[in-house]
Amino acid sequence: MLVWSRSGRLVLWVLFALIFGVLFLAPLAVILLSSLADQWNGVLPNGLTTEHYTDVISGAAGRAVKASLVTGFLASALALVSGTWAALSLRLQGHALRRLLGLLFFIPSAVPSVSVGLGLLVAFSHPPLLLNGTIAIVMIAHFVLISAFTFGNVSAGLARLSPDFEQVASSLGARPAYRLWHVTLPLLAPYLVAAFGLSFALSMGELGATVMVYPPGWVTLPVSIFSLTDRGDIFAGAALTMILVVATLVLLLGLERITKRATGS
Amino acid sequence: MSAAAFTGTSVMDIDAAKVRGAGSNVHFDKVSVAYGAHVVLHPLTLDIAPGEILAMIGPSGSGKTTALRAVAGFVRPASGRIRIGATDVTDLPPYERGLGMVVQNYALFPHMRVEDNVAFGLRAQGADKALIGERIKDALGTVGMSAYARRYPRELSGGQQQRVAIARALAVRPRVLLLDEPLSALDAQIRRNMVEEIARLHRSLPGLTILYVTHDQTEALTLADKIAIMRDGRVCSHGPTTELYRRPPNRFTAEFLGRANLLPVTVAEAVGPKGFATARHGDALLTGAGRNEKAGDKSLLCIRPQHLSLTADSDHTNRIVGTLQEVHWQGELTHLVLDVDGTPVRVSATRLPIALPEPGAKVPLFFAPADTSLLPEDAGV
Repeated sequence: MLVWSRSGRLVLWVLFALIFGVLFLAPLAVILLSSLADQWNGVLPNGLTTEHYTDVISGAAGRAVKASLVTGFLASALALVSGTWAALSLRLQGHALRRLLGLLFFIPSAVPSVSVGLGLLVAFSHPPLLLNGTIAIVMIAHFVLISAFTFGNVSAGLARLSPDFEQVASSLGARPAYRLWHVTLPLLAPYLVAAFGLSFALSMGELGATVMVYPPGWVTLPVSIFSLTDRGDIFAGAALTMILVVATLVLLLGLERITKRATGS
Repeated sequence: MSAAAFTGTSVMDIDAAKVRGAGSNVHFDKVSVAYGAHVVLHPLTLDIAPGEILAMIGPSGSGKTTALRAVAGFVRPASGRIRIGATDVTDLPPYERGLGMVVQNYALFPHMRVEDNVAFGLRAQGADKALIGERIKDALGTVGMSAYARRYPRELSGGQQQRVAIARALAVRPRVLLLDEPLSALDAQIRRNMVEEIARLHRSLPGLTILYVTHDQTEALTLADKIAIMRDGRVCSHGPTTELYRRPPNRFTAEFLGRANLLPVTVAEAVGPKGFATARHGDALLTGAGRNEKAGDKSLLCIRPQHLSLTADSDHTNRIVGTLQEVHWQGELTHLVLDVDGTPVRVSATRLPIALPEPGAKVPLFFAPADTSLLPEDAGV
């Protein structure tokens, strides 16, 4: 314990509660209340209703949830495979090449997502790579934006993995593919699940690039929320936001349980 | 090793019978290892006979682990060849060398139960189920871990994990067992027990060739048939354990293996037919076991701390006098440090006179000629 005095600990707890409450809880609470507000003219809503949820669920929300979940799942899975592959391959390269290629992976995360969307739109609007107006271009946009995070997570896991495990496996007669499947990947499992979870959460909330490239039949939750709030339908947008938060949370909690079971921790 | 190799009976069943004939010799033929321009292992030529335990010892950075890793296939030699049995393994990947390896931190696969760890090598090589079951039982039985087969590594103590690591390496019936500082992570008491257990294991599997890398001379002296002492990427001495301890060929070996006292002497009378020479240290005329020393040679007289006595008897015909400087009592042993004409001399005694002299007192020390060894002063290697 860094702070020994009781009063010091109390001050720190109050400070933490203030920061956490103002920065994290308050916005969420406002969205939750908005999603349930009948009318909101004063400090608190005038009355509560579930009407906005009924409206958005009977409307386009179901399709938006499906589009977001499918996009998030596929893009994250693809990013996980390629990020893991890249991290495993770069581990065998020299220090300079590893640094350079590693840096390239992170470039899309340093560029505004709108610019990434615009770039994809321009690049894939002419034959032979005509993907404009397809679901594939949405997947590609999400993949490009999140792959840096999967690569970073898996690389961090590999750096912490003692080479002894793989070397002992080799000395016992395990060929590279067997070793990868039975030793390296299981040992990396917590990092792989964390990478997938982070990618999925990022994809579920992605708006900037998606709004540039989405086709009419594939409207994701953030795009729907943006459209609703842009039209002034704040309460419906808030209801959809809560659906997005719950869907993402449920999936992340599920992933955490799977990791705990797999690693026995 | 192909899957076909596993169609016979188990390695441990019937225990040593199979393994007795299974050990291979290891031959380093001018093997060197370099990282860029930095040479970490100078051309090394060395043989480990089938069924032999060779301990490679030396300080950190001496090249001992590099030599082991070259045998395992994790370091590619810059020059030279490595043979295991009749096979030149220099260009073979690690998984085709037929070895077992145990490392300092055990490297048990944490997501597998003990039995799956032991079965790992056999499954990787495609052995059939019945044989795997038999080998798990036998390997765990050999190291006394049968009751822990269903546990995960995190549920075991350090010593138990190390036993499982040994069982895992033995289960594949290796041609050579590589032990890389296997006991370094254990505390002193468990380490002592494990050294005895490895010695017992080798007695039950006498055909198993073992390359044992350690920085602990006690482990090397207890276990090894032969010892190779490494320094700065070179073998500075190599030979049977008792021979190397009793007759160290150079200063580094004498000091590294058992912290010998080295008294500078001038040979007065060359080595005679019984193998002894007389040598002068200050006023004292001493007799020591020699090799081919001639009168007038500058030499070092090597005497082990436990061979020096504070009391004279008929065998202890050599006598030197030193000034007592320090006394360290360690229970079963008492260590004395004396100054003999500017040379620090250590004495390890189990029994001391009731009235121990005070520091600063002149103390006579006695030792037998047979407990000494002369080595050339310039052989500092």
